[in-house]
Amino acid sequence: MSAQDADLIDAAPVARSSLLRIWLGRLEGPQTFGRGPAFWAVAALVVVGAAVWPLFTDGYTVGNAAYFMVWTFMAMGLGVVWGYCGALSFGQTAFFGVAGYSYGVLTINIGDAYGFTLVALALSVVIAALVAAVIGYFMFFGRIKGVFVGIVTLSVTLVFETFMAQTAAPQWRIGDARLNGFNGMSGMPPLTVPWFGGDVVLYPDPPLFWVLLGLNVLVWLGLRMALNAPFGNVLVAIRENPERAEMLGYDVRVYQVIAFTLGGALAGLSGALYTAWGQYITPSSMGLTAAALPIVWVAVGGRSDITATLLGTLLVLAGFQTLTIYGSQYALVVMGALLLLVVLAAPQGVVLGAMRLLARLGGRGR
Amino acid sequence: MDVVSTVFSFAYQFGDAFAFLVISAAGLAVIFGMMGVINLAHGEFIMCGAYVTVAASRIGAPLPLAILCGALVAGLVGMAVERLVIRRLYHRPLDTIVATWGMSLIATQGTLIVLGSTMQGIGTPLGSVAIAGGAYSAYRLVLMAAAIALLVGLWLLFYRTRWGVLARATIQAPHMARALGVETGRVYGMTFGLGAALAGLAGGLYAPTMTMVPTMGATFIVESFVTVVVGGADIFLGAAPAAAILAVIRAGLTAWQGQLFGQIGLLLAVIVVIRLMPGGLSGWLAARARR
Repeated sequence: MSAQDADLIDAAPVARSSLLRIWLGRLEGPQTFGRGPAFWAVAALVVVGAAVWPLFTDGYTVGNAAYFMVWTFMAMGLGVVWGYCGALSFGQTAFFGVAGYSYGVLTINIGDAYGFTLVALALSVVIAALVAAVIGYFMFFGRIKGVFVGIVTLSVTLVFETFMAQTAAPQWRIGDARLNGFNGMSGMPPLTVPWFGGDVVLYPDPPLFWVLLGLNVLVWLGLRMALNAPFGNVLVAIRENPERAEMLGYDVRVYQVIAFTLGGALAGLSGALYTAWGQYITPSSMGLTAAALPIVWVAVGGRSDITATLLGTLLVLAGFQTLTIYGSQYALVVMGALLLLVVLAAPQGVVLGAMRLLARLGGRGR
Repeated sequence: MDVVSTVFSFAYQFGDAFAFLVISAAGLAVIFGMMGVINLAHGEFIMCGAYVTVAASRIGAPLPLAILCGALVAGLVGMAVERLVIRRLYHRPLDTIVATWGMSLIATQGTLIVLGSTMQGIGTPLGSVAIAGGAYSAYRLVLMAAAIALLVGLWLLFYRTRWGVLARATIQAPHMARALGVETGRVYGMTFGLGAALAGLAGGLYAPTMTMVPTMGATFIVESFVTVVVGGADIFLGAAPAAAILAVIRAGLTAWQGQLFGQIGLLLAVIVVIRLMPGGLSGWLAARARR
């Protein structure tokens, strides 16, 4: 389908084309990088390659890769909030933590029978989304903007951290789940899928990797559709010029709250998955250092494109781990220098810059 | 008698919190409040000042001189950083977050590699004084006086010197200032250097009371940002009253429920203030004065 066809379908009345075709048409569009058969062929190759890769490597590496994938949801959520909607949230970790603790409390109290862990996962994401919606309503309907969004969200995540850190005493418990203060909460079951002939427990093994890969692809495709829908266009309009968007008749605040809620839900998905992955969550996952990390991933990858955010996050996580292994104490220094270099030399992001370069060479792209 | 000692104890708690907030936020109020640069390396400038102070004091410099050395070195480092990095990012304020966070990583880990995980500190000088039946650290009282002196000194600098006029003009209307022949680039550099020097001063002043570890800057950064955000762009109308209000909240909640609740109260206060007064205290006061 050429670009012109896509536009035509977008503009055509719903009756002339099925809803499904409209949404599938939105898989590519002005707000996301990559279009045409070549792009999708490469994307499919990457996914298939990732899917068969666990068969050729050892369990530890696969569990580790699963760990990286856990974080990508939070990064993509921040990509929507910051990169597309222009509101820098410094507190995505708050929703990460809320969902992580929710998953722990729910599963420790109710257990993992009948696939309840999956219900708990969904519930945790919903709880995180609700918290994000409340905070987003408070901020955006209060007309807080610019840097102050970052400060409020950072304060929120630090409040959660400080509060959870002082819950060490035994009276801080919800049902059977002790919150355990700074030592963190542990002992929750991993994700368990009910299956014929016995439950499948998703330890950090190939099955968990495949589930995460599937989720990743789904979220990526879903976000592409949402961002190329009118919704995404309005978000970009708000980023570029909130006043103009408002003059055109859009209630900027509503769109900002929706984007923020979406970002919070995705951060929550990461949080619940992280807790299930390691069966462990601590207050420091909501601290200052943890809160800065998603910003770094998104900034390095490229924040104004969801694909660049996704790839950049994986790249930075893997690169940083390699640095930590081989560079030991110099890892953080190199990391800091890299950040400086990226901001000064490639302000649009490393991955996005590389993708645009490739596209220019191949004569394709956005 | 008991009432007097309780009142004095609260006043001491309040003064201590106030001094801490004013001293640690002064540098950030200049860099973030006035220039709009989000400096996540603020804590590392403080750490730099503290380390230089301790080192100078160990080779025999008297403490006040050592503290000035700390401030001076931090200021010079700040000017270098502005020239090399910050200068390119004035039109991209959100990117300064990433850049300064990178610098903070380099500084913290670099210090750890070069100087080790802790450095032997210098003890708190001046001992303690007994007032109204309680023993209080005399150095903490000096710090309270230093906070007041700092505010007075900054006011004189910004409102009574030629440089202060140029700095305020550059920050308020850079194009106009440049048209009138002000070298705005140099003023920005000096202002950032001043902010860094103030951070170094904070580090120097608090060095005798703290454990010298490379991550010591983190103790300051959240409180500094909170004070500056609550205060808004103006140091005198904003950051100083904000520090007073936050100090009451903190001292009260700490006395009532313990330190962690003092911290939580501080952060919740920020959220409420931003919601009610988006320009901070000083923006709110200015708007009321205009009416």
